[in-house]
Amino acid sequence: MLVDIQNLRVSFATRTGTFEAVRGVSFQIGTEKLGIVGESGSGKSLTARALMRLLPQNARITADRLSFDGVDILKADERAMRGLRGKRAGFILQDPKYSLNPVMTIGRQVAESWRQHKGGSRKEALEAAVDLLDQVRIRDPRRVCDLYPHEVSGGMGQRVMIAMMLAPDPALLIADEPTSALDATVQAEILRLMEDLVSKRGMGLILISHDLPLVSHFCDRVAVMYSGRVMEELSAGTLAQAKHPYTKGLLNCLPSLTHPKPRLPVLSRDAAWLQS
Amino acid sequence: MTKRLNALAGLLASVGLTLLGLVIITFLIGRVMPIDPVIAAVGDNAPQEVVERARLEMGLDQPILMQFFHYVVQLLHGDLGRSILTKNPVISDIARYFPATLELATAAVIVAALIGIPLGVWAAVKQGTWIDQAIRVVCLAGHSLPVFVLAMISLLVFYAALGIAPGPGRQDIVFQDMIPHVTGLLTVDSIIAGDWDAFWDALAHMVQPVCILAYFSMAYITRMTRAFMLDALRGEYVITARAKGLSSMSVIWIHAFPNVGVQLVTVLALTYAGLLEGAVVTETVFSWPGLGQYLTVSLMNADMNPVMGATLLVGLVYVGLNLLADAVYRQLDPRVR
Ligand SMILES: Nc1ncnc2c1ncn2[C@@H]1O[C@H](COP(=O)(O)OP(=O)(O)OP(=O)(O)O)[C@@H](O)[C@H]1O
Ligand SMILES: [Mg+2]
Repeated sequence: MLVDIQNLRVSFATRTGTFEAVRGVSFQIGTEKLGIVGESGSGKSLTARALMRLLPQNARITADRLSFDGVDILKADERAMRGLRGKRAGFILQDPKYSLNPVMTIGRQVAESWRQHKGGSRKEALEAAVDLLDQVRIRDPRRVCDLYPHEVSGGMGQRVMIAMMLAPDPALLIADEPTSALDATVQAEILRLMEDLVSKRGMGLILISHDLPLVSHFCDRVAVMYSGRVMEELSAGTLAQAKHPYTKGLLNCLPSLTHPKPRLPVLSRDAAWLQS
Repeated sequence: MTKRLNALAGLLASVGLTLLGLVIITFLIGRVMPIDPVIAAVGDNAPQEVVERARLEMGLDQPILMQFFHYVVQLLHGDLGRSILTKNPVISDIARYFPATLELATAAVIVAALIGIPLGVWAAVKQGTWIDQAIRVVCLAGHSLPVFVLAMISLLVFYAALGIAPGPGRQDIVFQDMIPHVTGLLTVDSIIAGDWDAFWDALAHMVQPVCILAYFSMAYITRMTRAFMLDALRGEYVITARAKGLSSMSVIWIHAFPNVGVQLVTVLALTYAGLLEGAVVTETVFSWPGLGQYLTVSLMNADMNPVMGATLLVGLVYVGLNLLADAVYRQLDPRVR
């Protein structure tokens, strides 16, 4: 068991009281691919960041169990967390335009990630970076090493991000909407690359997205989140048998080319879902 | 290559225009001020024909454009006119006074940056904690205390009462005129002369005015650094850096800090330029023969040639520092290249 989350809650202190953004999320994953879908603000990113303890300072985390790789995240000190971050789990953010450091060359950023956990000289790290960029199928990796993030396209930037996060050979990859900022054509390419590398290396994957069909295509299981909770967890093949009205709603909202509907239904929400 | 040439041409054009504007402004300062340059030169009680002759000699009967033309030609010959007060050519006055200011300002900006930048970064990292508050108070005092109060207290305590600091002035009387003038910076000149006693003496005389100027500049630099760093620390790439497992030191200094470089250079350049204008109050309290004193005394005596010369110099300092800052931006941020 790589990740074991029981009843995770994340809250923020506000002027009017506390705002609970994640309210009792539970799931477990091993070396498999879990998709998390849900509308904007449903708490997907916070859940993922809580796992690496990368939340803003004003966030409060509680959980019955929050363990990664056998380490209790709630109790681990900062040193132990640094040993987990990067080394045991990579974290890919949404938009490489902002998530890569704009004033550092790509080669240095990848090399830094490698060297942080594997040691070795600067030169060895740079060679490793070239090799990693090659693995994410970047042509002419030596030239790309000397470029700055603003000089490459979004798709290329996300490949760099993947290379950087795979550098220390982690056991888990967390990708928070890794393709939302990319063109549709590039999206599939990046997801396929990621899936391919994750499978080849026998890693676990948490893929966060808005796009239920896309996620179910790339993942073994899908967790559907709504308003800080997991509404339903399904294996990807059985989406059609979804029981929860919210999941069904999400599936119904998809426009279809083969069976076009005159109007798309409006996603219904029900306060009663949050009672249980 | 042509792109480079174009950029260079653009740069030269903008510098040229700025300089022209600067010269026009200093010229106007000389003409528009409600001071009659002739009376200022010959005195209030001079007979009418002396005044008339002086007016003709100074070319003040000619059309204003001709006057401007003559002014520019003079400038191109390095002639800033004569000071009525000191009887010296303004250019040689400035060569004497400016190095004193340069020495003070350079030392002050270095001290201010070395303390202010780390303090600002620290305050940003510890945002909202008592450390942040304490730094804020220290800076607030730097902003709001009048300079002369601090300067007087400093002189009273460290010179008069404790006797551990040297008194006003740039050097002790025994070293006066002992060091050959090379750069005009006493510390540098005494090193060149190999006279270490004179060097330590000059340095000791700088300590108090430098500390006071540095304190004010540091308050500004700290406040700005804190603001820039708060912004940088909110960046997504900071989360990436933390997700890579880097120590917080690396995250702060290797990832966030280089991203505020361009803004910081702007602040430092402005601070330095401000200091190079000469700090009148500090210079007065410490009897420091700098540009600020020269400019103020000349202005109060309606001695316009030094005023115009000093203004021109200050303008040139701003243009020069701007160019320098632009060059540094290119080094610090690949997106500006
Ligand atoms: N620092 C914060 N302070 C207060 N509230 C926050 C903070 N960060 C996030 N939230 C709130 O927590 C909720 C969940 O945020 P989260 O980022 O996890 O959503 P998400 O599911 O990832 O949405 P999206 O699909 O838009 O990325 C949102 O309502 C958001 O407003
Ligand atoms: Mg999100």
